[in-house]
Amino acid sequence: MTEVTNEQAYEVRLRVNGVAYDVTVPARRLLSDALRHDLGLTGTHVGCEHGVCGACTVLVDGRPMRSCLMLAVSAGDYEITTVEGLTNADGSLSPVQQAFKECHGLQCGFCTPGFLTTITAGIAENPDPTREEAREMVSGNLCRCTGYQNIVEAVCVAAKLARGAEVAP
Amino acid sequence: MKPSPFEFLRPATLAEALEALAGNPHAKVLAGGQSLIPLLSMRLAAPEMLVDINGLDELAYVRASTDGVRVGALARHAEVQADADAERVQPLLAQALALVAHPTIRNRGTTVGSIVHADASAEMPVVLSLLSGSLTVASAASTRTIPASELYAGPMESTLQQGEIATEAFFPALAPGAGVAFDEIARRHGDYALCGVAAVVTVDDARKVESVRCGYLSVCEVPTVLDLSEVFASGAVGDAALAAAGELALGSLEPEADIHASADYRAQLVRVLTARVVRAAYDDAVDRSDRRVR
Repeated sequence: MTEVTNEQAYEVRLRVNGVAYDVTVPARRLLSDALRHDLGLTGTHVGCEHGVCGACTVLVDGRPMRSCLMLAVSAGDYEITTVEGLTNADGSLSPVQQAFKECHGLQCGFCTPGFLTTITAGIAENPDPTREEAREMVSGNLCRCTGYQNIVEAVCVAAKLARGAEVAP
Repeated sequence: MKPSPFEFLRPATLAEALEALAGNPHAKVLAGGQSLIPLLSMRLAAPEMLVDINGLDELAYVRASTDGVRVGALARHAEVQADADAERVQPLLAQALALVAHPTIRNRGTTVGSIVHADASAEMPVVLSLLSGSLTVASAASTRTIPASELYAGPMESTLQQGEIATEAFFPALAPGAGVAFDEIARRHGDYALCGVAAVVTVDDARKVESVRCGYLSVCEVPTVLDLSEVFASGAVGDAALAAAGELALGSLEPEADIHASADYRAQLVRVLTARVVRAAYDDAVDRSDRRVR
């Protein structure tokens, strides 16, 4: 038996990766679910759904936040960037994506979107992190495959690539 | 793992928010949501209505002045932590905030929200209590100020009344001759601490200890502040006095066991961390006094 609910719906304009989407969602729709189900942006992964694993991390006005700990109806004020929005304008990999590829910073890939968004913001704030700072940067993200060594390496390589990209013409 | 249905309101002014809260006894306030949304998702909480105060820009401030730091209800942990004036006026704030969860959580979570959430494992309730700060709360009818000593009634329970919104936390400035320190031990970096201790130590002009106060998190059901000055009556911070401080603290604390740590282990953490932070706060006090003299 399907239970019939007459839950109130709310309209919100989500701005994600430079595109505005008008969606109608119940108030309880988590931002992570709105991104995946309502917008079809399934790059954002949902792991623990209570803020511990970091897989759902997106950039909110450039700052990493857990999309499973925000309501979609509260997210209309911000510019949101998901993993789909990280690639360069020409479709090539961003420094962080490139570094993950080069350093084997992923295995199964489930946690990767959260790492990529977190590190993108992290190296914008600290363009030349030490290994210790790199570990601190990713300390809120869980990875069950890699053992983190290659991810920490990828942070340092990504920072280097990003610095190089800035000085290149 | 999805919240149960609720009605959603996003007021543009504090007055509107208070009116909405007054009209529904089963409404909850949503600020950063870093504690509330997990509770909703796990269905440990199922309010009929959420009043989202994220649109109330009037509450998004950190104001440092000579008497202390005023933190508005919408100031995110990360903003308070990064505020250079706030750090200068009360350095314990930034020290403690560095231990609040992870940077990603601090980007959204609010300091005032953490204080009213009243989790005895959280850092900021202990900081407010140790510094004898206060919380300003507003309702549709009036505004009142609650001293930190009267704020915590029990585990996850503050003395805020239905219909009230905490609008501002006030952290008094570091007094001349005082130093601070904060340390905690967690199973993993960024996790809730198994035990955490904050200290304020004051010294006189001859570098002798005048007073020692410590705040404890994750030890008892509520944030607990103890005056440990008596074991430092000689004015010196020696190993014997530091060990005695831990024992004195344990006389007033009842460490609890949970799946992460036995009561005995927590007691040992109280001893170790008390000694560690009192020494660090003493060194900080001496250091600050020296710099002031120069």
